[in-house]
Amino acid sequence: MIHALAAGGGTNLDADYSVSLFWILAVLSVGAAITMICVRQAVHCALLLAVVMLCLAVMYAMNGAPFLAFVQIIVYTGAVLMLFLFVMMLIGVSSADSLVETIKGQRLFAGLAGVGLVVLLIVGIGHAAIGSAPKPSSSFGTDNLTGIARLIFTTYVFPFEVTSALLITAALGAMVLAHRERTTPKPTQREVSRRRVSSGHVMPEPPPGVYALHDAVDMPALLPDGSTTERSVSKAVPPRNLGPDPQARVAEDLGREREIESATFGGEQA
Amino acid sequence: MSPAHYIFLSVVLFAIGAIGVLIRRNAIVIFMCVELMLNACNLAFVAFSRMHGNLSGQVVAFFVMVVAAAEVVVGLAILMAIYRARKSASVDDANLLKY
Repeated sequence: MIHALAAGGGTNLDADYSVSLFWILAVLSVGAAITMICVRQAVHCALLLAVVMLCLAVMYAMNGAPFLAFVQIIVYTGAVLMLFLFVMMLIGVSSADSLVETIKGQRLFAGLAGVGLVVLLIVGIGHAAIGSAPKPSSSFGTDNLTGIARLIFTTYVFPFEVTSALLITAALGAMVLAHRERTTPKPTQREVSRRRVSSGHVMPEPPPGVYALHDAVDMPALLPDGSTTERSVSKAVPPRNLGPDPQARVAEDLGREREIESATFGGEQA
Repeated sequence: MSPAHYIFLSVVLFAIGAIGVLIRRNAIVIFMCVELMLNACNLAFVAFSRMHGNLSGQVVAFFVMVVAAAEVVVGLAILMAIYRARKSASVDDANLLKY
């Protein structure tokens, strides 16, 4: 595959090979796209979109655009989708779609409109005379990069320069929008320590519990007096991980610890 | 493979993206569907470029990618600003301009 890309930009592929590759990629990409608009979790959507984008990258390579194929992988699957995942991390993975329809019957009509769009476009394109591809010139193979560079820096040099302004504007806009203005003054060290003393918990928060069977952030810490505290468990840990009765788990662990201790040191002490 | 096959595939992908924009309520997913539509257009550009034996289609697809990258950056920043204000990424909750 890589050799085929390097030698002829994919346009000199064997006919049978390119036909079967096209159908595999078409089924894969359409299936992934349909699944993408159906799954509820936004992260799954992003991963399925990555599948579609990788399929399209291979298709670019098959159509004599090796440069675009690699730009697609690097810019889209690499940068844009990572940006999506980062934003998902920032604003919460749990932002699953609600299944409530705010407008009655909207999904049904949207689906019908989409099917109508497909029919309209396919009929329109079916009437157009789309010729078969000519014998590929070298600009669709080894000279692809130089050909694109020549076009960008001669015919399309003005749009290319405008693009740089667009990118700078976008970067500035993102910085301005993502910047948060501080509405309250930053607490000084004196205020922080005052607040800590007045809250009654001067010490740092206890670390998670480490027991014979469990060693995880969802286990409550064991205090010196033998009781446990929930304050060591972060609020971000989902409550289901704590189980129905964390105290029982702690008690079970402590019992096992005593067994281990008596098995290890019991003989020496006796 | 004839370029027509690629054009038809790009039509199908574009329509799937459009349906996704219409039926989803999560703003991030709507953005992803817009990206899917842009990708479908790029596929059509590349197929037409191959059909005409002319590299201009590939250059246009390249520009589409650049503009899409800029759009994603600004769009996601707007999304984060909205999330900070309304604690939700759903498009139904950004309704301050409603009558």
